[in-house]
Amino acid sequence: MTNAMPGTQSAVRPLVEVKDLTVDFVSRDATVRAVNGVSFDVMPGEVLCIIGESGSGKSVTLRSLMRLHPKARTVIAGHMRVGDYDILSLSEKEMNAVRGAAISMVFQEPMTALDPVYTIGEQIAETVMRHERCSRETADKRALELLQMVKVPSPERRLKAYPHELSGGLRQRAMMAVALSCRPTLLLADEPTTALDATVQIQVLIVLRRLQEDFGMGVIFVTHDLGVAAQIADKVAVMYAGRIVEYGTVRDVLLNPKHPYTLGLMASTVNGQKKGEDIDAIPGSPPDLRALPPGCSFAPRCRLADAACEADFPAPVIRAGGHMTRCFKANGEIRPMEAAGIA
Amino acid sequence: MSDIPADAVRLAQAAPTAHRVRGYWSAVWNRLRYDYVTLLFLALIVLIVLSAIFAPYLAPLDPNKSSMASRLKPILYKSFILGTDEQGRDILSRLIWGGRTSLLMGIAPVFVATIVGGFFGVLAGYAGGKLNSAIMRTMDVFFAFPSVLLAVAISGSLGSGLINQMITLTIVLIPPICRVAETATTQVRTMDFIDAARASGASTASILVRHVLVNVLSPVFVYSSTLVSASILLASGLSFLGLGVSPPTPDWGLMLSTLRQSIYVQPLVCALPGVTILVTSIAFNLVSDGLRQAMDVKA
Repeated sequence: MTNAMPGTQSAVRPLVEVKDLTVDFVSRDATVRAVNGVSFDVMPGEVLCIIGESGSGKSVTLRSLMRLHPKARTVIAGHMRVGDYDILSLSEKEMNAVRGAAISMVFQEPMTALDPVYTIGEQIAETVMRHERCSRETADKRALELLQMVKVPSPERRLKAYPHELSGGLRQRAMMAVALSCRPTLLLADEPTTALDATVQIQVLIVLRRLQEDFGMGVIFVTHDLGVAAQIADKVAVMYAGRIVEYGTVRDVLLNPKHPYTLGLMASTVNGQKKGEDIDAIPGSPPDLRALPPGCSFAPRCRLADAACEADFPAPVIRAGGHMTRCFKANGEIRPMEAAGIA
Repeated sequence: MSDIPADAVRLAQAAPTAHRVRGYWSAVWNRLRYDYVTLLFLALIVLIVLSAIFAPYLAPLDPNKSSMASRLKPILYKSFILGTDEQGRDILSRLIWGGRTSLLMGIAPVFVATIVGGFFGVLAGYAGGKLNSAIMRTMDVFFAFPSVLLAVAISGSLGSGLINQMITLTIVLIPPICRVAETATTQVRTMDFIDAARASGASTASILVRHVLVNVLSPVFVYSSTLVSASILLASGLSFLGLGVSPPTPDWGLMLSTLRQSIYVQPLVCALPGVTILVTSIAFNLVSDGLRQAMDVKA
């Protein structure tokens, strides 16, 4: 599938190129197609936010970029390039050299993503020593710098702290320090703020955004929080049932959404409703990934769906500025309010 | 989006209240320090172990020297502080010497079984799939028999003697330790930090050693320590049935077995080896229980 590739920026080679990525999880009773033909690009220094509900394939896409899925039960097809690395053709050993160095990852749960038996300093130093083959002293010094960078207060003391002795926000920053320890060109963030409370969330986002700008890293940020996406993203991709249904700049997608699903997501946020008024939830639930409907996967829940929607999956349509949608109804003139079923 | 308010960044720097940062083992000790029951029984175990080690110096009399004139004498008879057995040997000396075999039976098989069982458990838990089934179903076969029956069966086919008894106990103890290690590994394997280690480029070998093994160690260690008392009891049971060490060697189980016939003549003296076994195994049990609580400091 061709995808939104902003014509204005084509002079620079994208940092990440993903083409027709499909990920199947194979088990004895069923094959689940978690990602179904996803294509996107990330330019150097750009933040792409992938949003979607649970099970839409956003985390799976992210983990595929690092080949973190269990090999025996996963079939990955398509093409993924990060920097100069063709991800699917690397050997396991080469992949280990890329993981944590060129590409690194921040996880959702800071409670469980740090090993409870090692201090924060040991965990940062471990990654530094692995990739740069330096001495323990150099690695320790680097760990201290990294903690200062992610704005951990009194970093000298925190180096010797165990994960259980830190708060959630500090732990997430320590996790970021581990991820940034080898100055990656691409940072993958798997809902890094979901487990944190709102005030801590914004602090972590600010630190992340600042470091992203300082390092000039590309970031792929997975979240289901539209507010977080608005805070951090340059580009937004909306995923539904393993496909990207809408893609564009954060302004285009969040202020002028075209796909009924994106509209539904926007309508279901708490946003200045009157007290006691119900939030407009999208009716129904996501389709069974073991048996996807032949047409548009969103059709069964969509208020605008007709026979055409149920027959074929819509091809991507790209508007000015690279704003892409995959919806038959978004091509014609539909008024956003109508599509969300509010009017 | 990118215009960050300056004070928000400063806000991020505000330090939370400081707390004392300390290591894992000092945290364990800190909890143990106020657990007087565990400390008391720990002291008792140290005492028993020391008396077994220094048996040649501590035992007041020769444990194997019999005297027909003073058979089955009561407590505090002449120089026999705890009386004599059916051959007129000093009970106290025999109990001190017997601690050597009994403690060896308690600790050595558990140690070997922890290494072997732990290895197979971690392997099964981490590999999963067919290898897991192969290892765990084999262990289940051993589980199908009650441990005493299994011990008697193996010991019966191997014959009696110190080494055979240890092999028997080791075989009996491997399956439960393996199962605990497998369960712990399965839990650890699905934790995010294993994925995080992979995501930072760690090889499978280094993940296994640095992250899986280290995390599995403490539950397995605690479980194994509870088995020490079970192993002592099993060893005593085997000796009692004549499947353990051969007669002249002082051994708590063997002493209990031979003194049993004289229980109506000298009830107090005959109960002594049993009491020793009971106290030792209770002490090991309570200490391992206390250790489990103290070591469970992880959030």
